[in-house]
Amino acid sequence: MTVTVERGTRVAGRSTAQRPPRRPRDSYALFLLPGALAFLAVIVLPFVMNTYVSFTDWQGVGSPTWSGLANYRELMDDSEFWASFRHSLFMVVAMAAIPTALGLVLAAALFDFVGKHFGTRFAAVLRACFYLPQVLPIAVAGIVWSWILAPDNGSLNALLKAIGLGSWQQDWLGDPDLALYSVMGVMVWVQLGFPLVIFMAGLQRVDPQLYEAAELDGAGWWRRFWHITLPQIRPEIYVVLTWCSIAALKVFGAVYVLTKGGPGGATNVPSYFSFTTFFEKTQVGYGAAISTVLTVIILALSLIGLKLQERTDA
Amino acid sequence: MTTALRRYPVLIALCVAALFMIVPFLIVTVNAFKSPAEYAQNGPLSLPDGLYTQGLKDFWERVDFGQKLVNSVLISGSVAVLAVVLSVLNAYAIGIGRIKGRTWVLAFFVLANMLPQEALVYPVYYLSKEVGLYDTRLSVVIVFTVIQAAFGTYLLSAVLGQFPREILEAARIDGANKWQVLWRIVVPVSRPTLGVLLVFFFIWTWNEFLLPLVMLISNDNQTVSVALGVLQGQRLMDATMTNAAALLGVLPAIVFFLVFQRTLTRGIAVGAVK
Repeated sequence: MTVTVERGTRVAGRSTAQRPPRRPRDSYALFLLPGALAFLAVIVLPFVMNTYVSFTDWQGVGSPTWSGLANYRELMDDSEFWASFRHSLFMVVAMAAIPTALGLVLAAALFDFVGKHFGTRFAAVLRACFYLPQVLPIAVAGIVWSWILAPDNGSLNALLKAIGLGSWQQDWLGDPDLALYSVMGVMVWVQLGFPLVIFMAGLQRVDPQLYEAAELDGAGWWRRFWHITLPQIRPEIYVVLTWCSIAALKVFGAVYVLTKGGPGGATNVPSYFSFTTFFEKTQVGYGAAISTVLTVIILALSLIGLKLQERTDA
Repeated sequence: MTTALRRYPVLIALCVAALFMIVPFLIVTVNAFKSPAEYAQNGPLSLPDGLYTQGLKDFWERVDFGQKLVNSVLISGSVAVLAVVLSVLNAYAIGIGRIKGRTWVLAFFVLANMLPQEALVYPVYYLSKEVGLYDTRLSVVIVFTVIQAAFGTYLLSAVLGQFPREILEAARIDGANKWQVLWRIVVPVSRPTLGVLLVFFFIWTWNEFLLPLVMLISNDNQTVSVALGVLQGQRLMDATMTNAAALLGVLPAIVFFLVFQRTLTRGIAVGAVK
């Protein structure tokens, strides 16, 4: 496929060779110029700067003094740093693992159960309900939930009281033992729609005959799900897991609005940690080291995700 | 028969789950129309006695919400258009021009898209101060144009790589130069994909929080997300005010959702399966 297209380009190049024949393929590079310049200024330069600063001691004013690996050595002994990454793992569970698992079951149920027996329009309405939180700015989702989870007169506590479970009332976001789980719950709610929509789209390209054949062979819903749905949409599963894990490592807005990393650092995450180190503690070198470590982890994860995808494509 | 009997419990479970997802929206709407006294007396679960709109009005004026909406529309709109233009130019060179080393160029754009903003935020903050762009809407427009264009380039390059060659060749034979081919043929033919990108860039930029929070400190420049997030972070609001804020923050998102639902779901699928 690629080869034939390439040949096509060369032919096209030759047929328009009224101009001096100077490598027609490369004259397209001019179109890349604005993008390349903008990327150098906005992505590459800041990224290189950030990496450089991570090897220095800098308060954001004056000139940075080179300190080698000092920031990274300090990170190794910083329990706050390790705690923030531990919380990241919880976020990966809440934003990637759980939504993917739930999303798979829901997508399959909506697609070949509701869609088949109650009409695709009905399935689409249900899908829309699940997807709605995804279009919300994360800051707004944070406002909604911080009020629902509020200790006094928050909706959740009011509801528990109303149904006679008053003893279950909690300070959901203010209790250090609970706050992380509360934030996780909110993130599941935020994130669920994304895998659901992707999986439902993926299911559309699965050959319906596979299901019919399995049904004739007497396979129940669960077996069809396990032996047909899962293997067939494996590429989508990898995409979703990669994207959602990356999103989970970057989570910032929700933590900022819901808990500000508290109480007592119980919900601190690397991105919030680097933010406060940059702008509240003004230890720019140290903040840069945190964000560099985060970047390395995210890039590694992206590469693994891409590799897994390639393998399924082959 | 047994399947018919089994059908309804599953359906009901799904409907309950779907309801659970939208309950927060409903409950916010209900409470945004309660007076503080009513809220204090009846709690969050009761229906409002009447339509109390003073909370909404107070909140609107307090944060100058109209200005925030204008800022958000201006920033997100400019980013959407500029990022699509930049993506088209990049993808034209990569997908159709098939420039040398395009795999590397593409890998570079993908990496740029994967980079966490945390690794850019301080230098961007520092540099924008140096060049006098700090606390301007333009600074945010520039940064997000580039960030969104990274994704756009990646997606569009794949789409344009499959562009029917015969059309391009025909145009070239008719004497169109590369610039004309781009604007008269490639762009019009790819319009559906460009539309999807436009919608996504708009909504993504609208929802962005970290960089706008850092870059836009004055009230006149803040976006809806930042203004609401900052207020909430300071915990200065009572319950009615919080609900007014939440409702006003939710409404634009719901409007986008209703208007663009098809584009959104179609677009996600396009993006996911490359």
